[in-house]
Amino acid sequence: MKFSYEVEGGNFAKAGNAASNVKKVLKQLNVDPKIIKRIVVALYEGEVNVVAHAYKGMVLVDIDPSRIHIRIEDEGPGIPDIDLAMQVGYSTASAMVREMGFGAGMGLPNMKRNADVIDISSKVGEGTVVELTTKLTS
Amino acid sequence: MSEQQFYHALKVDKDLCFGCTHCMNVCPTDAIRIRDGIASIRKNWCVDCGECMKSCPVDAFYVEQDDFEKIFNFKYRVAVLPSVFIGQFSKQIKECEIIDVLKGLGFTHVVPAEATVDVINESMLDELKSDRDKPMISAFCPSIVRLIQVRFPGLVNNIIPIKPPIDTTAMYYRELLQEEGKSADEIGVFYVTPCASKIATVKSPVGDDMSNVDGVINMDFLYNKVYHVLKTRSNTQFSCEETVPYLSPKGLNWSLTDGEASQMTGRCLAIDEIHNVISFLEKVENDEIINVDFLELRACDQSCAGGVLLTENRFLTVERLKNRAERINASGKYVQNISDAHRQLIKNNNYVGRVEPRSMMVLDEDMSIALKKMERVRRMMCYLPGIDCGACGAPNCESLAKDIVRKEANLSNCVFLQRMMEKSKKLDPQHSIRIIEKTWGKDRLDKDCKKKGAKDEANM
Repeated sequence: MKFSYEVEGGNFAKAGNAASNVKKVLKQLNVDPKIIKRIVVALYEGEVNVVAHAYKGMVLVDIDPSRIHIRIEDEGPGIPDIDLAMQVGYSTASAMVREMGFGAGMGLPNMKRNADVIDISSKVGEGTVVELTTKLTS
Repeated sequence: MSEQQFYHALKVDKDLCFGCTHCMNVCPTDAIRIRDGIASIRKNWCVDCGECMKSCPVDAFYVEQDDFEKIFNFKYRVAVLPSVFIGQFSKQIKECEIIDVLKGLGFTHVVPAEATVDVINESMLDELKSDRDKPMISAFCPSIVRLIQVRFPGLVNNIIPIKPPIDTTAMYYRELLQEEGKSADEIGVFYVTPCASKIATVKSPVGDDMSNVDGVINMDFLYNKVYHVLKTRSNTQFSCEETVPYLSPKGLNWSLTDGEASQMTGRCLAIDEIHNVISFLEKVENDEIINVDFLELRACDQSCAGGVLLTENRFLTVERLKNRAERINASGKYVQNISDAHRQLIKNNNYVGRVEPRSMMVLDEDMSIALKKMERVRRMMCYLPGIDCGACGAPNCESLAKDIVRKEANLSNCVFLQRMMEKSKKLDPQHSIRIIEKTWGKDRLDKDCKKKGAKDEANM
């Protein structure tokens, strides 16, 4: 089963839309709340990343009984050094974004911690694709 | 998942309900359907918040209570009275006058429901130091506990398992009377409830099967009785002197918004009104709320002052209670008089048993079947109009689609799809009338000038 959500760059009011919808779906599928939480936390972080850094993006979700696959793709500045971005506390967020309580440098590390598999690819000046895969049963 | 039936005090009067959609549309858990022209409540989905009762234009909802005469089955008749009862009266009426009137009605003892809050507060503060998931959530409002069980099962471990004060207060006064030598079966403890959910806790406590309360009396019923006596008495007939304050300022404010949050430590938030609570819990679930230690969540706007069974305006009730608390504070007369032994007794009986999740959102226990059902729901949504008119007897198109995969409704329940089916000759117009009558009752569409808003409306 596939779902897709658009993400608008700069609009923090709507960050979390995809996460809330996916959460609603997973609850109806009788997925363990602990697993739902990991998936939703990772997706929410991903959405905030797109809103904070990119111009626009898409969240593509594919669910089958064994696993959920989430692809978060954006058109944006890209990540020059993915290893550096994966470090806890490293952030390129602007002062404005930090003032809103985001940009603590926890985004990608938090996503990694909450997904079974994370795959990141990025082109500077074009955009970033983050893919998250998590098993639905423990 | 537990198949246990849950006690609900909220009932529908089948003679008064004429099958409109107000309650169905406001229900925060989508628990109401219209069948045969009458609102029916899904017991396992209902959280007793009372939104349906507040929205009903013909007062068809009522809260089941015990017969008042039942108090006379006991020699000692204790009324456990929440502070919001007192808050409904203006400051000209002293607490002792209200208590005297209640005694005149038949009670031998009138005790404040919040008498044990100091001890409860201590237990909650101890729990706040435990390693439970944060933000920790108060178990004060039974509707909120049930809401978390059915809609936010992932948050049940955030609930602080400390009972609201009613139960320990009932137990404490029962103990005091027994210590005075009164025998247990001569003591009847009656709770004066401000809402439907508190009753449900007394009758079937979440995670706890013993209750110290013998019966429940609706607050509006007793308010009318007391107010009547106060209004019709002669001025000299009653006079009483307030010797010691009835309740501590903390106790008076406990059931109001911020009553608990202001007494906890760390970063605390108080949120009232069930829709506000739901949108906040969505964020808690996404881990969007960080560094909050304690959440006080109440189903009613203005917390218990907004309970469905209160008569007076909730904002006035809050103001009056706060003023009473201020006056007691200023007098400096209130003394906490629960003995150490009793404090220990209360603490030992404070705990709610385990609060189990019982999600009502699951389409099927089996994940792959649930997935298939959800795919069906999404396919049906391509055809359903998305108007959410409620004419099918379900609150919105998506609910109808889910009812269909649960085999509780049919696609032809949708009045718009009926028109489309008639157009393509798949449905006989006589048949679609029969379908509508099944949802809305026979003769529901006949001319009726007595209905609300019609020319011969029978005002009640």
